[in-house]
Amino acid sequence: MSDPIARIADATVGYSRRTPILHDVSLEIGAGEAVGLIGETGSGKTTIARTLLGLTSVISGTVTVGGHDLAGLRGRALRGFRRQGVVQYVFQDPQRSLDPDLPVSDSVAEGLDVRGRMPADQRARRIADALTLVGLDPALARRVPGDLSGGQRQRIALARALVLEPQLLILDEPVSALDAANRVHVLDLLRLSSVERGFAQLFISHDLGSVAGVTDRLAVVYNGRIVEQGPTAELIARPRHPYTRLLVESAPTLETAGADRERRAALRAEVAAGLD
Amino acid sequence: MTATTPLLEIAGLRISAAGRPVVNGVDLAVSRGESVGIVGESGSGKSLTCRAALGIVPDTLTVSADRLAFDGIDLAGLSERRWRAVRGGRIGAVFQDPASYLNPSLTVGRQLAEVLRVKTQRSRADARREAVDALDRLGLRDPARVATRYPHELSGGMLQRVLIAIAIIEQPDLLIADEPTTALDATVQAEVLDVLADLRRDSGLALLFVSHDLAVVAQVCERILVMKDGVVVESGATVDVLADPRHPYTASLIAAHREYGLDRIRHAEDVRV
Repeated sequence: MSDPIARIADATVGYSRRTPILHDVSLEIGAGEAVGLIGETGSGKTTIARTLLGLTSVISGTVTVGGHDLAGLRGRALRGFRRQGVVQYVFQDPQRSLDPDLPVSDSVAEGLDVRGRMPADQRARRIADALTLVGLDPALARRVPGDLSGGQRQRIALARALVLEPQLLILDEPVSALDAANRVHVLDLLRLSSVERGFAQLFISHDLGSVAGVTDRLAVVYNGRIVEQGPTAELIARPRHPYTRLLVESAPTLETAGADRERRAALRAEVAAGLD
Repeated sequence: MTATTPLLEIAGLRISAAGRPVVNGVDLAVSRGESVGIVGESGSGKSLTCRAALGIVPDTLTVSADRLAFDGIDLAGLSERRWRAVRGGRIGAVFQDPASYLNPSLTVGRQLAEVLRVKTQRSRADARREAVDALDRLGLRDPARVATRYPHELSGGMLQRVLIAIAIIEQPDLLIADEPTTALDATVQAEVLDVLADLRRDSGLALLFVSHDLAVVAQVCERILVMKDGVVVESGATVDVLADPRHPYTASLIAAHREYGLDRIRHAEDVRV
């Protein structure tokens, strides 16, 4: 593998040394790779994502993104890094992540506008390109989010991230607010555009099932640590950590109706015991 | 016609909002001890169908049905007072967001005991003891301690179990569960589904389970109804519907799992083995 786009090495992250949120986390994301970050509410998966954006304070360890050492960046330099748009974030609920009063064109171009002025025709072309990339009619640029469906809004959120040509896209439960048809649509779109543009993807979810089909590799976050990581198919076929095993056993699939309840109960006890 | 009457029987259910139909001719039957699932997207009418069976459709909507009966009792003609006896007594219900159904300023044990006292005229001490027993039956560790906690001190999965405990306190024949695990983490979801399965095994409780997630319904239900735009587009035994979907919409739900869900990997593994 060529140099990774992002590398977190032995990072401890948090507000104070005594109560860190992440402990000794190491994670690499290769160029164009799709990685899933799985864990329950409060496990630290979103903190890992925020660390890749330079939004957390790194107590020890290193965080390198697109060749920048984020742990060493402060103030103006850090803002400069963020302004480049190397890493972009797509949130779960487009209803809330898009400004309802802003026309689609301005939402999509916001990152470009922050970077600096560009000629109006060039700006319009970038917006149209981004909308086309996510399968939307560029004419939608004049609309406001309220005129659009949930699936269209999430594609706008995607266009807003992709317009900056990021090297890494962080997708925080990107399709869980969408219905089944739109889910497949958005996931297809992500796969195709990542091949076309070569950006890496970091999927965040509490649900193994929702990222299993779209990732090359998975990292399981539990209680502020990455307890296990590996190729997706292998991790699901041969999970080693009790929490990963519980996740695999807990994920509903179409096949496992009436799966073993006792086995899950035993795993829960094992996971709980490991916390002491 | 089967020999026994179904526990819940709905025929030709229509619900409309300002003249616009949102549920358009739904037929549904749940037999004693059976588990039936309704799958559909938001706006498909699945939750309103449940609410009609509970008599809690908002006043702004118009409900009509050819038949709406529970264990032979015609629900359509019921007075509000008689409704209350059926609801909570013979039909229990749990919904998506457990925290919003509990009083934040009372301990969960006290709220559970209060329901017991109202519904079964227990003494205060008996009610308190039974509240702890009820929590214990739902697999909560250290139930006596959980009973002394306020809702904000408990996790979503614990709260949902408290609500299930309240819903089944009078040993109803039917539990209606509307997206009961949607707000929960995946491992906690499995835990709550396991609790429901244990309850069904131990008490013969019938279940009407609503979810947007086909895989979750497949875990819990013997029979499935697929709803879209206020209409049941497909129904049948879970295994049959999954193996041989008749409606393109059902096929698309299954395809979504096969293409992007865990099923894809499981399938790949099966092929390799």
